[in-house]
Amino acid sequence: MGEALPEVTGATEDRRGLGGGARPAAVALEGIAKTFGTVTALRDVSLSVAEGEFVCFLGPSGCGKTTLLRIVAGLERQNAGVVRMAGRDVSGLPPSQRDYGIVFQSYALFPNLTVARNVAYGLEARRRGRRQTEARVDELLDLVRLRAHKQRYPAQLSGGEQQRVALARALAPSPSLLLLDEPLSALDARVRLALRQEMKALQRRLGITTIMVTHDQEEALTMADRIVVMNHGVVEQIGTPAEIYREPSSLFVARFVGHMNLLEAVADARPGWARLGALALRHRPAPGTRAGDAITLGIRPEQVRVGAAAREADNRLVGRVTSVQFQGAFTRLGVQAAGDGPSLACDLAAGALAELEIEEGTELAVALAPDALRVFVAPPAGG
Amino acid sequence: MTVAPGPPAGAAAMPGRALGRRLDTERVAGHVLVGLFGLFLYVFLVWPMAQVLWRSLLDNDGRFIGPANYVRYFATPAIAASITNSLSVSLAAMVITVSLAFVYAYALTRTRMPGRGVFRVVAMLPIFAPSLVSAIAFVYAFGNNGIVTRWTGVNIGIYGAKGIVLAEVFYCFPHAMLILVAALGAADARLYDAAVALGASRLKIFLTVTLPGVKYGLMSACFVVFTLVITDFGVPKVVGGKFSVMATEIYNQVIGQQNFTMGATVSVVLLVPALAAFVIDRMVQRRRYALVGSAARPLAPGRTPVARSVLFGYCALVAACIVGIYVVVLVSSIVTRWPYDFAPTLKHYRFDSIGGYTALANSVWVAALTAVAGTAITFAGAYLVEKRRTAAGAVLYVLSLLPVAVPGMVLGLAYIFVFNAPGSVLNPLYGTLAILVISNLVHYFTVPFLTATTALRQMDAEFENVSASLGVPFYRTFWRVTVPIALPSIVGISMYFFLNGMVTLSAVVFLVAPGTELAAVAVLLLDDAGETAQATATSVLIIAIGLLVRLVYWALLRGVTRRTQAWATSTQEPTPAR
Repeated sequence: MGEALPEVTGATEDRRGLGGGARPAAVALEGIAKTFGTVTALRDVSLSVAEGEFVCFLGPSGCGKTTLLRIVAGLERQNAGVVRMAGRDVSGLPPSQRDYGIVFQSYALFPNLTVARNVAYGLEARRRGRRQTEARVDELLDLVRLRAHKQRYPAQLSGGEQQRVALARALAPSPSLLLLDEPLSALDARVRLALRQEMKALQRRLGITTIMVTHDQEEALTMADRIVVMNHGVVEQIGTPAEIYREPSSLFVARFVGHMNLLEAVADARPGWARLGALALRHRPAPGTRAGDAITLGIRPEQVRVGAAAREADNRLVGRVTSVQFQGAFTRLGVQAAGDGPSLACDLAAGALAELEIEEGTELAVALAPDALRVFVAPPAGG
Repeated sequence: MTVAPGPPAGAAAMPGRALGRRLDTERVAGHVLVGLFGLFLYVFLVWPMAQVLWRSLLDNDGRFIGPANYVRYFATPAIAASITNSLSVSLAAMVITVSLAFVYAYALTRTRMPGRGVFRVVAMLPIFAPSLVSAIAFVYAFGNNGIVTRWTGVNIGIYGAKGIVLAEVFYCFPHAMLILVAALGAADARLYDAAVALGASRLKIFLTVTLPGVKYGLMSACFVVFTLVITDFGVPKVVGGKFSVMATEIYNQVIGQQNFTMGATVSVVLLVPALAAFVIDRMVQRRRYALVGSAARPLAPGRTPVARSVLFGYCALVAACIVGIYVVVLVSSIVTRWPYDFAPTLKHYRFDSIGGYTALANSVWVAALTAVAGTAITFAGAYLVEKRRTAAGAVLYVLSLLPVAVPGMVLGLAYIFVFNAPGSVLNPLYGTLAILVISNLVHYFTVPFLTATTALRQMDAEFENVSASLGVPFYRTFWRVTVPIALPSIVGISMYFFLNGMVTLSAVVFLVAPGTELAAVAVLLLDDAGETAQATATSVLIIAIGLLVRLVYWALLRGVTRRTQAWATSTQEPTPAR
């Protein structure tokens, strides 16, 4: 992976960097493979995480993202491949010698220990002075705003508070890597939203390299610096949230992240054109497609132009509104194009909707701007 | 270091094995502990049992004779009859015990009749006495010179199958009741509401909701009672007369005729039904699913006055019978000569012939050691199997379940073969209290092991992973987190070991030696020698000690619960700083 690594000085471990001379990645995975019996969980996964970066492993359940995290943590053993941390090969090391903190989905707080003792758990093993341990515990509880609950037991806290205790416990020994395994999925929606921002801000402030596993694309988009989209044990795409959203490299990514209209089509003889039945649509240049190839065209709902904006535009279709779904800041329209045309979802900002006076059955012109119309080579059903 | 060579990315064929891991002290410690646990099970369970199997194929001079012993066993009608006798007695006792206990448990859990607490405690009484005590009491009541026989002039012919079944029902009643109370107590009120809303009759509700709900509990109770009866030695020894069952047959062969190989042969045959019950029970329980989910609403007992008074009468009758048996035991030990001379005396408590207070002290000591060592080994063993997932885990788990299917007599005989062998490294243990502790520990291993496993499975699976990530070794987390959380279970396990260690007879009857007499064995020998009053006096003391210990545990458990309540329940009050 050739992404730019931040220029930071002060590396301590041997410098077997991947980027040639630059500081080694905080975590580098090379050709990781894992099977459970006859089931292949991971196949040749390679990626690297730069220091201070927040990376999300995103994918549906069973895609191997949690297994990959557990391999980084040393809780699961890969069948092949190398795990490096700051250049050091840790493939053969037990979890205790890998220098990371981890927060599990269940938090795994020790129920018989108070909040303070939970946070101090990893410090006590390091035989620091008692006063030093106390001070560190207070510092971390301040960080997660739970100092008032110091002497409570986990069962006396709310889910969100428990999650923050788990975070404080993981951070207490000052690890150089933070691993988060679906840390927010056990919480209700509102707490989840608040904690998303809080955790991201905390990570920024501490500058700690973080890997989070999630199946929630919104969580990944809002929190991550980079997202690793996984499916069936392989990496589908690695990129910033904007890249993943705007330029999904495969149909799977397009479908998994955000919503996208997918239209089955056939490549036309004219380069840059495709046919949907009687309809001819111009799309982004797609080198490599030949006339007659089955392709899939994709466009995000908010990129579909509606009404006045569609006038005089390329790829203009006329259809009827089949559904109006109010979603707050925007409204999603279902539009069935006339004749045998495709059915499309289009998102309209609240203001635009009011101007158009749309209801179910209204006739509507929409345009699929060619530069927003992507081409995927596989048909949608094939995945 | 066992790191695999870095494979070329992509094209490499996937290795079938996960990469090895560098050995550090923690992993070594873990492996050593798993190894020790395996060694324990091997030396004290697998090897002795293998010895029994092997010896059944030898003659008494140690020559290999193949299945000749088995041929002789089945060809000798007097001995072969013990098989059918054992099976018929066990099945009869099973049906009667489970039926009686079901109604009793139903009354305790599904009605609001008064005195449920008292009924429950009374029904538990038989657990505190060795099985043969109930047989002695039945002889006192219904025997040729029994008090009931004398009063009514009707001799029901207690010696034989009838007496065995009667005494076994009494002895097994609490075991079946406990299982059925648990099964009947876990009911989902929503099912009953739905049935009522659909217009089902009382009988239909019972047949379509209640019975299916306790199906697995019923089966479990059946298997437990069947195994208890078929492996029991004390009751048939006392009241069986000429009616020979397999457990007494082993005793006769080994003690009476010094025919060890025939003893081994009968042992192997006795293992078959016990193992079969065990295997079938495991298979049935595996198909069990959670009948009561987390969303279930507990069933509040309804108000049905008629049923309530009928059931109250029933429970009162059963409880009166149990208390009556105990009264017979107590009274017979403090009167001059039951049932002829009822002048009170304490002379039977002087123990002038066999056993006495040394045997009682030995019993308490053995039971206490069994409780301590047994609790440590079962809990640590369950932890190693459950949390340190090693390749050996599955084998160790199966081996840990096995003891429940091994009759005490068979285990005792196996220990003779192993510990009394000349030149064996284990020989010094023979004739010591240690061998009694070990045999109790292995004999009662399975239930505590499963209790510990259940407690451990309820804990978050990531505790160990969190500690590893924090650099805390597993044994520290075991001590600071796992043990405190499981404390109620641990206390329960040690009580189970203690109480069983006090009353067990079959596993130790071959192993006691001069100086290591045990109270339960003394009861047997006293009864054999005709000193029945001293036998009941010893029984009274065994029961008293058991009840006392139970009380101590009750207080202990209350203390533990109070201490753990702070974190076990989500009270919203802040706890004071310490």
